[in-house]
Amino acid sequence: MAIKVRVVERPVEDVSYIRATLRGMALTAKHLFDVNGRVTTQYPDEKSPISPRWRGTHRMLTTETGKAKCVACGLCPTVCPANCIKLVPGEDEEGNRYPLVFEIDEFRCIFCGYCQEVCPEEAIHVGRHYENSEYSREGFVYDLQRLMDQSHPVCEMWDPEDPKGE
Amino acid sequence: MSHTCLALLQAADPNLPPVSGMAFYLFTILKMIVIFTIYMVGIAMLTLAERKISAWIQDRHGPNRVGKGWLQPAADGLKNFMKEETMPGGVNKPLFVLAPILSFIPALTAWCVIPFGAPIPTRWGRIDLVVADLPVGFLFILALTSLGVYGIVLAGWSSNNKYALLGGLRSSAQMISYEISMGMSTIPVLLLAGNVSLNTIINQQVWGGWNVINLTVAFFIFMVAAFAETNRLPFDLPEAESELIAGYHTEYSAMKFSLFFIAEYGGMVTASALMATLFFGGWDVPFTARDNIGPYSGWLSLLSIGIMLAKMLFFIFLFMWVRWTLPRFRYDQLMSLGWKFMLPLVLVYIVLIAAVMLGLSAAGKRPGLMYASILGSINIALVIILFVIFDRGRLISPAYGRMDQREIDRLRRIDRRRILAAEAGR
Repeated sequence: MAIKVRVVERPVEDVSYIRATLRGMALTAKHLFDVNGRVTTQYPDEKSPISPRWRGTHRMLTTETGKAKCVACGLCPTVCPANCIKLVPGEDEEGNRYPLVFEIDEFRCIFCGYCQEVCPEEAIHVGRHYENSEYSREGFVYDLQRLMDQSHPVCEMWDPEDPKGE
Repeated sequence: MSHTCLALLQAADPNLPPVSGMAFYLFTILKMIVIFTIYMVGIAMLTLAERKISAWIQDRHGPNRVGKGWLQPAADGLKNFMKEETMPGGVNKPLFVLAPILSFIPALTAWCVIPFGAPIPTRWGRIDLVVADLPVGFLFILALTSLGVYGIVLAGWSSNNKYALLGGLRSSAQMISYEISMGMSTIPVLLLAGNVSLNTIINQQVWGGWNVINLTVAFFIFMVAAFAETNRLPFDLPEAESELIAGYHTEYSAMKFSLFFIAEYGGMVTASALMATLFFGGWDVPFTARDNIGPYSGWLSLLSIGIMLAKMLFFIFLFMWVRWTLPRFRYDQLMSLGWKFMLPLVLVYIVLIAAVMLGLSAAGKRPGLMYASILGSINIALVIILFVIFDRGRLISPAYGRMDQREIDRLRRIDRRRILAAEAGR
């Protein structure tokens, strides 16, 4: 039983170690001196742009008088698939509904953006924001005041009439 | 004080005797302290240089946070001092502690015989810019650099870790294989200089031309062997991150690990200094012959130190450049390159150079321009033969051993016979 050994005669350019080495070193030298070719983003100093449809931690928009736009209709806790929104509705003397308690557990949240889509008052939004850090798990339960204090831009939801976002 | 400084920079009598007596000891201690400091700081900066060069080659920025990057070595050093010294279970404690020391000290000590500048004339006599001007200078370096392997082998052995042991074993095999070629490749240099003192070798190159022209092939062999001796890529099999985790220093942490690191860079510095000294004229200022006979002056010393530094930095840069370009050799490729190619080549080369020198001296040629050009042309011819003709035959290649023509024919015959048999059967 003969063993079939294929002896391939390759051209010199392919098998020469020295030529390959010199070619490789020329390539690395090119990159070494290519000052404008550095690709690293200097993260805290400069940030890469994120999509306008980015869905990050929430933000509650406010009216001109500084009150939350939320009318405590209860649609967002209903639609929320992760069950992370806690809403206790209240009513003032004039019969306007407002949230007594509005809390979002950002750890439970899956950032689907349904709350923003379902909101009739355009009050709750998911934000274009990704830098979150806290010292405790409790820190990630955002209450109403904190949601109102956020200032990052909010997500532009996908619009079926304008699918490319133009 | 300023008067003394000015006096230091004045040209002085070339026949100034070396300093002696008490002054000798004082100046030697001073030289030791200064060199040790510069050496350690230099190595720290080299780690930064390595990271910067690797970053630039890979289109990154490299360390640029701590003091715009310049303080990164200080931060690393501090971190290594503060870290916990781990002592894994089952290690051989005395050897485990001894190993980093054993690899660090030879790397450091080898420097003390390398001359790095023209002598400085002072009121007390001439100060040679070398810590110890040993008459056996080069042999001392060879002896010490081969001691470095003990640190690595002992680290591998005492760690009680199979990866570390494999790294140590590979290291010993590699060092032994390449030490021979390294030592042999310097024999032509010593033949030309007629002495093993590094100062004599430098002086010879001032009159006879740089050895890289006289002995190009020896330089290439020495360079490849130096890469292997310092465990740098493409010969970093003792560490081999991808297969042996970190090789011999897998189990080391904090300052003990740092010592191995310093030893590696120290080896690199020493190898660069040796290449500069043996083949590129050391601290000799190019295109002048005046500097080696004097009159000496402080300016000349400064200039020559700068020249030596520039040559060394070039080689250190080459070390780093190659490291971030070439992939690692396979173990058998390493052995086959060392034993089957470099050793025979260097043996033939020694005989050839010795014969040429004998012939030249029989023809009554004195070392000089003519002598150097004859040697140089022989070397150019050899380099062309090596890199153009032998390279075609895949000889200078780690990936292929040159296959015997008979073997190729045999394999082809087998193949043909099998095809014939298959056709006959059909």
